[in-house]
Amino acid sequence: MDSLNLLMDGFGSILTPQNLLFAAIGVLLGTFVGVLPGIGPAMAVALLLPVTYGLDPIPAFIMFAGIYYGGMYGGSTTAILLNTPGESASVMTALEGNLMAKVGRASQALATAAIGSFIAGTIGTMLVVFFAPALASVAVELGAPSYFALMVLAMVSVTSVLGGSPLRGFIALFLGLTIGLVGLDLNTGQTRLSFDQPLLAGRIDIVVVAVAIFALGEAFWVAAHLRRSPVRVIPVGQPWLSGTDLKRSWGPWLRGTAFGFPFGALPAGGAEIPTFLSYVTEKKLAVRRGNDEFGRGAIEGVAGPEAANNASAAGTFVPLLALGLPVTATSAVMLAALQGYGIEPGPSLMTDQPDLVWALLASLLLGNLLLLVLNLPLAPVWAKLLRIPRPQLYAGILFFATLGAYATNLQAFDLFLLLVLGLLGLMMRRFAIPVLPLILGVILGPLMELKLREAMAISGGEVSALWSEPLAVVIYVIVALAIIAPLVLRTVRPAPAAVAVDEGIAVDRSDEEEKVR
Amino acid sequence: MRAVATLAALSSALLLATGCGVTRGAQSNDMTMLIPNSPGGGYDQTGRAAIAVMENDDITGGSFEVTNVIGAGGSVAMTRLMNAEGDERTMMTAGLGVVGSLYSFGAPYKLDDATPLAQLIEDQEGVLVPADSPYQSIEDLVTAWQDDPSSIVVGGGSSPGGPDHLFPMQLATAVGIDARDVRYVVYDGGGPLTSALLGSKIDVGFSGVGEFTGQLESGELRLLAVSGEERLKGEGISDAPTLTESGIDLVFTNWRGVFAPPGISDERRDELIAMLEEMHETPEWQQALEDNGWIDEFKTGDDFTTFLQEQDERVATTLEELDLL
Repeated sequence: MDSLNLLMDGFGSILTPQNLLFAAIGVLLGTFVGVLPGIGPAMAVALLLPVTYGLDPIPAFIMFAGIYYGGMYGGSTTAILLNTPGESASVMTALEGNLMAKVGRASQALATAAIGSFIAGTIGTMLVVFFAPALASVAVELGAPSYFALMVLAMVSVTSVLGGSPLRGFIALFLGLTIGLVGLDLNTGQTRLSFDQPLLAGRIDIVVVAVAIFALGEAFWVAAHLRRSPVRVIPVGQPWLSGTDLKRSWGPWLRGTAFGFPFGALPAGGAEIPTFLSYVTEKKLAVRRGNDEFGRGAIEGVAGPEAANNASAAGTFVPLLALGLPVTATSAVMLAALQGYGIEPGPSLMTDQPDLVWALLASLLLGNLLLLVLNLPLAPVWAKLLRIPRPQLYAGILFFATLGAYATNLQAFDLFLLLVLGLLGLMMRRFAIPVLPLILGVILGPLMELKLREAMAISGGEVSALWSEPLAVVIYVIVALAIIAPLVLRTVRPAPAAVAVDEGIAVDRSDEEEKVR
Repeated sequence: MRAVATLAALSSALLLATGCGVTRGAQSNDMTMLIPNSPGGGYDQTGRAAIAVMENDDITGGSFEVTNVIGAGGSVAMTRLMNAEGDERTMMTAGLGVVGSLYSFGAPYKLDDATPLAQLIEDQEGVLVPADSPYQSIEDLVTAWQDDPSSIVVGGGSSPGGPDHLFPMQLATAVGIDARDVRYVVYDGGGPLTSALLGSKIDVGFSGVGEFTGQLESGELRLLAVSGEERLKGEGISDAPTLTESGIDLVFTNWRGVFAPPGISDERRDELIAMLEEMHETPEWQQALEDNGWIDEFKTGDDFTTFLQEQDERVATTLEELDLL
């Protein structure tokens, strides 16, 4: 329990009233900047980092930890309230979170996100405390074949979100995969589907795609129906999590953490795959329990991905501290920050500067706690935002979505892309094509291609390289079981009555609801 | 890196907004510096370091607005520079990577079609292997490579046409290996390349030395050779010989410099060159060179133009040998 003692020393050096104040300021600043649409946690941290430079290392850490967690939580807030995720990791949160917000459960969505973040962040940070060096050396052993196998697993589970009409689902998926192909092929330096436009030669930013399909498509859809439907007031609902909500959130929080942390600790893991796997798992479990709330705002769909996102973020400290490797945009910003405070991450960090490392980890835990304390009471306040009448609310969403898309690259061309993809989003809603498979195609397609080609380049085209790593073999076995098991079960016993509720039907249904109104 | 890019975008937007409040007279000496990649990248560091010195010593008599124009390996920024024909208040930082990108993206112009002002710095590439690699010296590596080119998997942090790709290809040619036989794996920058090396997924990595100082100090990676004319300083770095010391006739350096749009007057060109020369003489610039581990390789005017033409030809030759053109 050496690590524990050292961590306690860390707490000893940071717990002063003045430091708590810095932490509180950091959390508030981080939340307010992170809440601006289009600004993900990486940017929130980067924007606010200079604020901490004038301080001594310890108060600077503490404020930084506050900004970091505040920025992450702020990003989820906009994803839930306005359907405009600030980064790919909160795309999954936006999905059910925004649906919850629309039925008057925004406070609950925000609260389960806050508590889930806290639990996942705390467990994740504790795991970093105890296992960082050991995990890091295992993690670099995993190569492209293992990552590719993980992508295959994710791709196979995509089929479970294709929706009731497989044709529509696959149309959406292939649209997404096509959008993911646009731009420079890293391996050959050739451009694909760019029509000789240099501005298309870089890849299309996933944030632009998500904001366009989610927020713009939705706003257009609402605008197209506005005159025909009377103003709908979003029910206020109760401000706090009920006992039932809490009971339903526990499992997803813990499962999300279990998905998120290992992916974060991998040098090429990221938060996209674990948030997605967590969503799919929760959905399947819900269906099995006979709960058909997914697609209409299920709390599990927010609690799980949000916990996975935060656990993954905590996991990124493993390669960052132990190897000096930044693996996500946020951790690249963080690396710059740590170097600014005189910490040189790398293999010798734990032995060279133990005081600073333990103070940093203690700061992260403290920042996480303060986030919960400050933001839980704020959830109902944020939720009131949705009581703005719809024309004004959607005008505001359009404004912020545009601002967010433009701020990403300061490129007017992105606004054109945003508009085109927004119209695509409108058409997809019109023809009841689910939007989720498209987003996943955009995220998963390029990742999968990258890893496949890396594996092939290393092996010189030898296909057997794909199962040359033990983890890859294990994953393929799981994939095979996941495909075969249902087939076997179906022959053994008759299929249960259809319980699947999918995005496609959900869109139809809300559509009809609008018409009825 | 995108996040940092966004940050810069926002902060430059903020700067723009505040700048608007200032009345700009016709005689304003304020200038724009285009940077062809994201904040924190090589061009950004070099460009911003130069600007910081010029602003501090009030060399231009005005301030700079930095615009990071991201996309297509610098081709988008280059297009903007070419479109600013005759604009005497704009400059751009560019270098070897942009030369390659202009080819890869089929841009209709070369760097020397703009107005070359000055080369500012040189950066050395290194040949890196994991600590448990069987190759103890560059000779070991080259011998094994010549025996069977397909047995060595090479990795780099840039796509074809970029410095990390050109260097191994030119090295292969220099030691008598057909560049087309080189098994090159692309990584998306220094981070992923580092983890591939640490996990021994590839046999050897080619990249700028600066990004690996931590791993070289701790002994997790070994530097077999550096690509420039002289050895570099630093723990785990100074022991590495240059290629020429090891009997390989190749000097390869990544370089960066400053360009103005085409069609500016000769007087203005000379004026801008004079400003950069003044900047180069300051102790602050020398300090910036040292802090960043850059080599002081400064040339202007016709020397720079000749150098550019040579570079362009070398890049074109290498890409042609690889059938990439």
